[in-house]
Amino acid sequence: MTSILDVDGVTKRFRGVLAVDQVTFGVEAGAIFAVIGPNGAGKTTLFNTIAGVFAPDTGSISFSGRQIDGLPPNEICARGIARTFQIVRPFPALSVEDNVIVGALLHLRDVGAARERARALLRRLDLFGKRNQRAANLTLPDRKRLEVARALATEPRLLLLDEVMAGLRPTEIDRMVTTLRDINRESGVTILLIEHVMRAVMALAERVLVLDHGTAIAQGAPEAIVRDPAVVQSYLGQSSLGIEAV
Amino acid sequence: MKDLWSAIPRRGRVILLVAITLLLAAPMVLDRYLISIFVLIFYFAYVGQAWNLMMGFAGQLSLGHALYAGLGGYVAALLWFYFGIGPWLGVFAGVAVAATFGAVIGWLGFRFGIEGVYFALLTIAFAEFTRIAFDNMAFTGGAGGLFLLYDAQRSHEWWNLRGGPLLFYYLGLALAAAAAILTARLARSRIGFQWLAVREDQQAALALGINVFRVKMIAVLISSGMTAIGGVLIAFYYNNLFPAQAFDIGRSIEIILAPVIGGLGTIFGPIVGAFILTPLGEGLIALTVSLGVNVPGAKAVFYGLTLMAIITLRPDGVWPWLKRLLGLTETES
Repeated sequence: MTSILDVDGVTKRFRGVLAVDQVTFGVEAGAIFAVIGPNGAGKTTLFNTIAGVFAPDTGSISFSGRQIDGLPPNEICARGIARTFQIVRPFPALSVEDNVIVGALLHLRDVGAARERARALLRRLDLFGKRNQRAANLTLPDRKRLEVARALATEPRLLLLDEVMAGLRPTEIDRMVTTLRDINRESGVTILLIEHVMRAVMALAERVLVLDHGTAIAQGAPEAIVRDPAVVQSYLGQSSLGIEAV
Repeated sequence: MKDLWSAIPRRGRVILLVAITLLLAAPMVLDRYLISIFVLIFYFAYVGQAWNLMMGFAGQLSLGHALYAGLGGYVAALLWFYFGIGPWLGVFAGVAVAATFGAVIGWLGFRFGIEGVYFALLTIAFAEFTRIAFDNMAFTGGAGGLFLLYDAQRSHEWWNLRGGPLLFYYLGLALAAAAAILTARLARSRIGFQWLAVREDQQAALALGINVFRVKMIAVLISSGMTAIGGVLIAFYYNNLFPAQAFDIGRSIEIILAPVIGGLGTIFGPIVGAFILTPLGEGLIALTVSLGVNVPGAKAVFYGLTLMAIITLRPDGVWPWLKRLLGLTETES
């Protein structure tokens, strides 16, 4: 399998604070790949560096074999990487459907065609019945689903999900897990997710990267990762998020 | 056009057709004074629509739109004054100059991340220093103003925008209608959705692949160019231009009142706003004149109070409320 995303020795610091330190990993095309780690480990910074919010200080990021680090977020999205935000950012005054249409208009010129694509995605994410509501009026689980629908509307080959399970109840987590797995299987879109909810990570990810204090401390299959002593010590062992629950 | 028409509910179509018919026929019964008020209504509906594109749709606050109207008017008037070039041609030059200023302001603001209130200050600054420049340029008449000769012999030359109130009535009506149709078209197009996305959340818009800089620049260019056309109309209607009026911040505020009161980001907001505000303002002037009191600034105070009342009572503007009242809420497609 060839990798679709290659992160090579990426470092990002903010005024002396080393947020991401020499992180290297690759994501295979079509895979579901998770990045985990305690709060402040640098996960979101890593994401923002891939999505073009920041340029890395050193290192390089390639997507489909072409270097993308330093490009602005809109260019990165246009090349096929869509992202969701940890703190959801729907367009509040727009309807649910119009939110998704905005995403679909990246590659579609015609609003009618974009509307059709939006509706198909809204059905896929169980939001079709709420398509005429203002996005501001949605519940948190629905907003999270809207973020996924809107990102998918840009027809990405790589989907970056930043804590899309956070704040969801267990039944909602299972629903989201099923939806994401189905979308991954049906469309072949590669998924890179940051996640705290181990239940979701174990159910979805084929490979896991563990960050701690900006450094990659382990990488591998989820079952192996949770037994890694370094991981247990830095992250899993210290909280009740633990593996017993899985 | 067809899809726009079919998007209007049946009752709305009837009201719209009746309103258009009444406006087309109205000059038969209106006197000169009332016609002059309608010209102003159409003018403010038109330039309000242009400003609304930029603020109501793309979310960029301009408090210096008098600049574009003034430039359009001055450029067309100067071409006529010095070279006898008619305003139908001059309007192109006016639009080009105004859009160039719009492009410079937009580039400075959007390229260097000057946002919100600071962007608004930038637009005020450009209008102000243009006013000062025009105050001191001899060939534009300076502070003393530029006067277009009204020659009764040529008053039939509609092709040179020389004519009586009726010409300006129908021209103003056509412009206001055209602006509403253009806005409706743009709002339903790709760029319209992208404007709304930028207005709502720029970071999210960027993450969806929208070139935010480009999208905002398009809004400024269309808005400034459109406003300049209105400026040409009003310059040839009044036949005089003074920098202290044309570029004044007060004029800029007057331009934004109709869409704010009518409803930001709506097609009919600027029209409804202009129909409410202009007659009220003119009525107030008529009242103070007939009472023999001369209260300078009464209109500004009155506009301020109206604005406060509307923002308190109908924060979304009058039109969304009126629309519900008339039973014209959007049809499900």
